[in-house]
Amino acid sequence: MRNKLIVLLSLLIVSSIGVAGPKIENWQTKNGAKVFYVNAPELPIVDLRMVFDAGSARDADKPGLASLTNSLLDEGTGELSVDQIAEQFEGIGARFGASSLRDMAVTSLRSLNDKAVLDKALDLFSNVVAKPNFPEKSFQRNRKSMLVGLQVASQRPNSIASKAFYKQVFAEHPYAIDGSGTEASLTAMTRQDVVDFHKRYYVAKNAVIAIVGAVSRAQAEQLAERLTSGLVAGEAAPTLAKVKALSAPVMKRVNHPSQQTHILVGQPGMHRGDPDYTTLYVGNHILGGSGLVSRLSDKVREQRGLAYSVYSYFSPMREDGPFTMGMQTKNSQADDALALLKKVLKEYVDKGPTEDELKRSKQNITGGFALRVDSNKKIIEYVAMIGFYGLPLDYLDTFNAKVEAVTVEKIKDAFKRRVHPDKLVTIMVGGDK
Amino acid sequence: MRLASTIIISMALAISVMTPLQAKQGKGGSDVRQYMLDNGLKILVKEDHRAPVVVSQIWYKVGSSYEYNGVTGVSHVLEHMMFKGTKTLGPNEFSKIIAANGGRENAFTGKDYTAYFQTLHKDRLEVSMRLEADRMHNLSLRQEDFAKEVNVVKEERRLRTEDKPTSLTYEQFIATAFQSSPYHHPIIGWMDDLESMQLEDLQHWYERWYSPSNATLVIVGDVKADHVYRLAKKYFGPIPDVKIKPVKPQRETKQRGERRIKVRAQAEVPYLLMGYKVPVLTTAKDANEVYALEVMAGVLDGGSSARLAKELVRGKQIAVSAGAGYNMYDRINNLFLFDGRPATGHSIDVLEKEIRSQVERLHTTLATKDELDRIKAQVVASKVYELDSVFYQGMQIGTLETVGLDHKLLDEYVSRIRAVTPEQIQAVAKKYLINEGLTVAILEPENTKKEVAVKQEKDNSGANNAK
Repeated sequence: MRNKLIVLLSLLIVSSIGVAGPKIENWQTKNGAKVFYVNAPELPIVDLRMVFDAGSARDADKPGLASLTNSLLDEGTGELSVDQIAEQFEGIGARFGASSLRDMAVTSLRSLNDKAVLDKALDLFSNVVAKPNFPEKSFQRNRKSMLVGLQVASQRPNSIASKAFYKQVFAEHPYAIDGSGTEASLTAMTRQDVVDFHKRYYVAKNAVIAIVGAVSRAQAEQLAERLTSGLVAGEAAPTLAKVKALSAPVMKRVNHPSQQTHILVGQPGMHRGDPDYTTLYVGNHILGGSGLVSRLSDKVREQRGLAYSVYSYFSPMREDGPFTMGMQTKNSQADDALALLKKVLKEYVDKGPTEDELKRSKQNITGGFALRVDSNKKIIEYVAMIGFYGLPLDYLDTFNAKVEAVTVEKIKDAFKRRVHPDKLVTIMVGGDK
Repeated sequence: MRLASTIIISMALAISVMTPLQAKQGKGGSDVRQYMLDNGLKILVKEDHRAPVVVSQIWYKVGSSYEYNGVTGVSHVLEHMMFKGTKTLGPNEFSKIIAANGGRENAFTGKDYTAYFQTLHKDRLEVSMRLEADRMHNLSLRQEDFAKEVNVVKEERRLRTEDKPTSLTYEQFIATAFQSSPYHHPIIGWMDDLESMQLEDLQHWYERWYSPSNATLVIVGDVKADHVYRLAKKYFGPIPDVKIKPVKPQRETKQRGERRIKVRAQAEVPYLLMGYKVPVLTTAKDANEVYALEVMAGVLDGGSSARLAKELVRGKQIAVSAGAGYNMYDRINNLFLFDGRPATGHSIDVLEKEIRSQVERLHTTLATKDELDRIKAQVVASKVYELDSVFYQGMQIGTLETVGLDHKLLDEYVSRIRAVTPEQIQAVAKKYLINEGLTVAILEPENTKKEVAVKQEKDNSGANNAK
């Protein structure tokens, strides 16, 4: 008995030592870009992320513009053609990346920290991001390619469901826009639209830079200045409108010639920095965020064998992102599965989790903290997110303590206030029974 | 950040081979400690003390290429059933214990392997060893659990294959390219075989293949190798070995001419797959050929500066995507693959002709020094980048060992790639990229909406119709 107690105590000590996240340092470049830096000297690698508030939430009446602009960054800059840019990055083994989400336009670079290699990679990266020249030929090609992408998406029930879901959950809010665009908007888009979008949003005051790697603070400062020297200061993007809560349930069925019906159920959820963030995060972890051991997986997959994948999650964004529950099942049992999904949610909102469920989830989240930050790749994603959303620099350090403070009562209270089973959007995409 | 469900993945159903070089160069031999238990379990430990975590993977030498008609998919269904309890654990309890210890876990089945893994704080490694050893020999296969789980797998097949036109095309393509080779079978199994699968098929499969001498334990992370060995000996040591009857060779019968199929499916956009029969590292008489094929995949598709992206997607703009891929670490002979989607206004025939002329160019013209230099620079950098992931390092070691290769080959990779000459690439192109060994599959969309879309695009651009 006694021995056991000592073992338990020592485990507790170990886990409380292990909770500190990486040390994040923070400053601004001369022209106003925010920089977030973590020194990671173990591997001779440097990771960079330059994130702009230039995702599809900024598309306005031109859906697809943010994504198209982002995809064209490495198609030409100064004297360099698209082929030369690709050859130069790849010739030094550097990896350039660009992607566009709803809130963020992300650009990234991974390079060896060897001085000559890193210098060249930085030159290319900063020019590609700050001074792309958007050749007409590339504009036309990527625009057409996005149109084909729309066709490909239209053969996928999950894409159809996701687009319909955002449209219903966010209605008039910019989050309703699908970043892949529409046939009409892409067809009408011009190169000048792209030039204007880049000029407005790819500016220093609208940028957050994350640096993780084997560079000193002094080097990181120089590096950030070089990265932003080509950017005009500009202005931060305006504040987005608040997301409105749904006033009534919405049910939408889309006929699609698939064997399975894809089901999405949800509503507006929470935002980054939300006072209920940790409570809803832990609460959802129990409900549908912990894989095979979640309540949804137990009821739908383990006990009934109805689906391969069933889940729920909050996507916290600048404003309230969606709370989503999802699954896919063969058409003939889709209605039953949907009823079960909703029943599990309703029960959870009414009664909350059990003490045992909460304990297990806390153990999983806090005990697995080290896994969240065990690589430079994972660390830079956190650092960029913390920087972009203006979260406290000790976000990771305080994470476990906040999780520990969650109680069954807090989860019940937060879910009652924030999740409304009587006002859900339901999307079903699938074929006939 | 999305926290979706943990998924039991079937690797390689997605055509992940399409990114040839980035995915597989390696370090990871010389600093790997190797042990062997008396019952034949091999243990490979790579210490990596950067973060206080450890990944534990157990690899069994069994997968869809060990299967035969009537029981296809049995390796993968058994993988699912491995979470359903043992003599002492109830269904899903394995996952619950790992979760309560802060761990993440999953499993994957491929053509040549079935593997289970946990990622944990380093202090919890013993938990995973204890549980993994338990289900290596104490699995309880119960009819009630099986009846539900096989339905889960059928839903997985619908999700991954039936409702994905490109996956359907790939499945038919592979089944056409391979006649007597077990690579013919889809990893997830034919739906009909899933329908008729019995609990006793699983019992038989478990007894036949789940044995210490048919497994490799790979541990990477913040651990001491000798400590890992002691733990492994404690938990896996007592498991009796079952002599494994080796799998039959089932070599592919000689292909005698080009094969072509059409796959009509509910889809919007056509898709092309082409594959040439090639050797792999386990079968090649001359390993240089394999490394030459690897570099050839890089010449074609080693990034945005490589030929397919530069010439087909950007230059001639006849494809919205085009790829080439080769997996040198397969267990038996496989394909050198091409795939692509035509750009609007271009037909699938034009795309095929362009890919064929790329092949022809490999026959007639040497790759340039610049091209090879770029591939080699990427290989050198990737070797460093991959150290950022303990999981990936484990994947590499486990894959090689499980197909019968020495993991120390990972150490040679960079120097072997560097040694490849333009002449060697030309020689393997001439020898293997030939019509006698070619299979072509074309996805023909069955959808009236498509005609409308093509017509509109034609009106807009004045380009040639796809039909």
